[in-house]
Amino acid sequence: MTPLLQTRNLTAFYGDYQALFGIDLEVQAGEVVGVIGANGAGKTTLLRTLAGVLPCAEQAVRFQNRNIGGLDASRVVALGIALVPEGRRLFPSLSVEENLKVGAFARRTGPWDENRIYELFPVLGERRRSRATELSGGQQQMVAIGRALMSNPTLLLCDELSLGLAPLVVKDIYAAIQKLTAQGLSAIIVEQDVSLAQRMASRLYCLQEGRVSLQGDSASLTRERISQAYFGA
Amino acid sequence: MLGWVNTVAQGIMLGGLYGLFAIGLSLMFGVMRIVNIAHGDLIVLAVFGAIAATTMADLPLWAAVILVLAGMFVLGYVLQRGVLNRTLAGGELPPLLVTFGISIVIQNLLLEIFSADPRSLSAGGIETQSVNIAGVLAIGVLPLGTLAAAVLITAALQWLFGRTDIGRAFRATSDDPETAQLMGIRTAHVYGLATAIALTVVAIAGILLAVRTTVAPSDGPNNLIYAFESVIIGGLGSFWGTLAGGMILGVSQAIGFRVSPGWGAFAGHVVFLAILAFRPQGFFPKTHTGSA
Amino acid sequence: MSTASFIVTRTTRASRWGAAMGIVLLAAAATLPQWSDAATMRLLTEFACLLVLAQMWNLLAGYGGLMSVGQQGYLGIGGYALFALADYGGVNPFLCVLLGGLIAAAASVPTAKLVFRLQGGHFAIGTWVVAEVFRLAVSNSAALGGGSGRSLQAMREIPRSVREPVTYWIALAIAAASLIGVYLLMRSRFGLALAALRDSEGAAESQGVNVKRTKFWVYLVSAFGCGVAGALYFLGTLRISPDAAFNVGWSAAIIFIVVIGGIGTIEGPIIGTIVYFLLRETLSDYGTWYLIALGVVAIVAMMKYPKGVWGTVAERFDLYLFPVQRRVEPR
Repeated sequence: MTPLLQTRNLTAFYGDYQALFGIDLEVQAGEVVGVIGANGAGKTTLLRTLAGVLPCAEQAVRFQNRNIGGLDASRVVALGIALVPEGRRLFPSLSVEENLKVGAFARRTGPWDENRIYELFPVLGERRRSRATELSGGQQQMVAIGRALMSNPTLLLCDELSLGLAPLVVKDIYAAIQKLTAQGLSAIIVEQDVSLAQRMASRLYCLQEGRVSLQGDSASLTRERISQAYFGA
Repeated sequence: MLGWVNTVAQGIMLGGLYGLFAIGLSLMFGVMRIVNIAHGDLIVLAVFGAIAATTMADLPLWAAVILVLAGMFVLGYVLQRGVLNRTLAGGELPPLLVTFGISIVIQNLLLEIFSADPRSLSAGGIETQSVNIAGVLAIGVLPLGTLAAAVLITAALQWLFGRTDIGRAFRATSDDPETAQLMGIRTAHVYGLATAIALTVVAIAGILLAVRTTVAPSDGPNNLIYAFESVIIGGLGSFWGTLAGGMILGVSQAIGFRVSPGWGAFAGHVVFLAILAFRPQGFFPKTHTGSA
Repeated sequence: MSTASFIVTRTTRASRWGAAMGIVLLAAAATLPQWSDAATMRLLTEFACLLVLAQMWNLLAGYGGLMSVGQQGYLGIGGYALFALADYGGVNPFLCVLLGGLIAAAASVPTAKLVFRLQGGHFAIGTWVVAEVFRLAVSNSAALGGGSGRSLQAMREIPRSVREPVTYWIALAIAAASLIGVYLLMRSRFGLALAALRDSEGAAESQGVNVKRTKFWVYLVSAFGCGVAGALYFLGTLRISPDAAFNVGWSAAIIFIVVIGGIGTIEGPIIGTIVYFLLRETLSDYGTWYLIALGVVAIVAMMKYPKGVWGTVAERFDLYLFPVQRRVEPR
């Protein structure tokens, strides 16, 4: 079965600095794939490259049987890949409602609209008129996820959703993600918290200094092997 | 006493014109952080475009207006996408230097084509008509119309930015261009539209100016300065603030002019400097700080 | 690889050659009054003025990150200070060149307090407004000659054979001083702070650079230099008017010079001034087309070659006549 998303020898640079060295990764339709690794390993760079923020070779990224490497971010979201960026990056001068509306700018058809987002995250419905940045960390994360969902993506890229959030809040956030993936949404989940990633994803990739150091089914990977791959023994 | 009321009224209406001058400047800065030094010269360019259309091509004024408005819209889009977008990556200096160069080029091109003589547009008599308020105050139809246009356009832009998809796109792009791209917003195109709208308002301002008074190719810098002062007096971040700033400037100039004709513009500068000294954020600032 | 095999130095071979040639050129230029005519001396005086102005603008914008479109305000103040002090105060007109700079610097202090409340492009236009205010104030002052200007009476007693060479030598001295001055400034701790603040204000502040004070001093020095250049220029022309002194065309010429020559380098303004004068002498017959050409060249340069002639050359060939950066070289 051809994968929904497949990268082949994906490399990425920040100017002269090479951040990714030949990543081979794939996501099947309906699958949740986890990407773990230490700070600076290249996880965020990977997601940003997939989302089109960073350039790469055309054939390096294949999505729904099309080469999409190097396309602008605005084209990539129109094709069905949405990124929930690291640090949320909500628009400070827009309200919660407006942040969600902007998410729909790509005008893709699908089940997601504002009301469904408010069903998923009721607290957002109550605070829809507030400035997005006035909300708590957890609520802002919900807005960021909702904003990405408004583009009706086929593949959701989540960059460290748990960053800076209390454990209880993280539980709620990922419960919502689980609801989404149960409905058939494919996802790549980047996390520093390994156990979280193992619980959410069926398969894991571990990145270390820009390379894949380990991959396999989450169930079968032992703590030991992951530690080794994480820190690079 | 009545003389002073009249002066203030004239000032408010002049302020409407200055508000129109200033809105385009405010828009471009709001969306793209570009301060367009050629802004004043673009007003003059629109004027001479209309003059060329009416005198050289013998078009009636309404046709010339439509032509100039459409032309400036297209010019704005092309200028932004073709030239200014390419300067955005280099920091603050390149857009300023490039727009300064454009200012010089426009001024001298107009000088070359039209000579230095001040020209104006004729609107078939509306320039001299006036309306009687309460039987004591005579207000010109044109200044009143200019003020009305300023209020209408400000309201329209406020609505555009506040309630439409493209307006949200403008604001989102202004906040965070990279994340805006993640939403499907093509920033290069959005920037082009912003400048296109700015230059269309510039064209309206220019035409109203030229019907009211004479305009010379070298008038650009003064227009820029009045637009700029209006923006700063009003405060950054709000269209209504910019319009208010324009009116404050207009009234200051009108009062200065009444005291002594040579002191009109100077009074405006003094008020501007005073605002800078005592209330640098302007009267109605709505600047957004902070990050997500 | 041991550290002992490398040294950190600033001088380059090219800079030693450049210094030697500079001294030779300066000596040769000093003898010019013996063998050349008044017109050439006046041209070179004007060249010196523009060179100094360009260096001062470059200091402000290229190193300090502050783009001003209002330095003509200080140029005008310097010029009018000359006329006021020499004609009314009886001060030696040659001394007034320096005093013009000091008065301009004094005017820049309260101005800085105001314009520094603006950022970026708004700062640029703000400085333009201030220059306009200076112009209007002078235009409306009868004592300074009002809108039509005045002539320099104080020079009437001094014979041409003295006046012209002395003006020229002063111009030469000031031009050389400005080059050396900026060079030494950029090599000093202050220069380091300036370079840091140009690259990143936040990072510089976090390293202990007082950003506000540094910008203020740069602004003051630049105003001083422009005042001196202004006084010198009008010492040469013997006549001043508000339109000539406070004309934004000065800023246009200066900006063209620095953009073409190379922003943020000391060699750049030298090249730029040469290019400007070459173009002016050859194309001035074409009036407005010449100015349009200047504008287009500046626009294209900014878009395609933002480092200017010198910047692009220096990068390609690693050539530095006024080396400010440190380099690591093998022992």
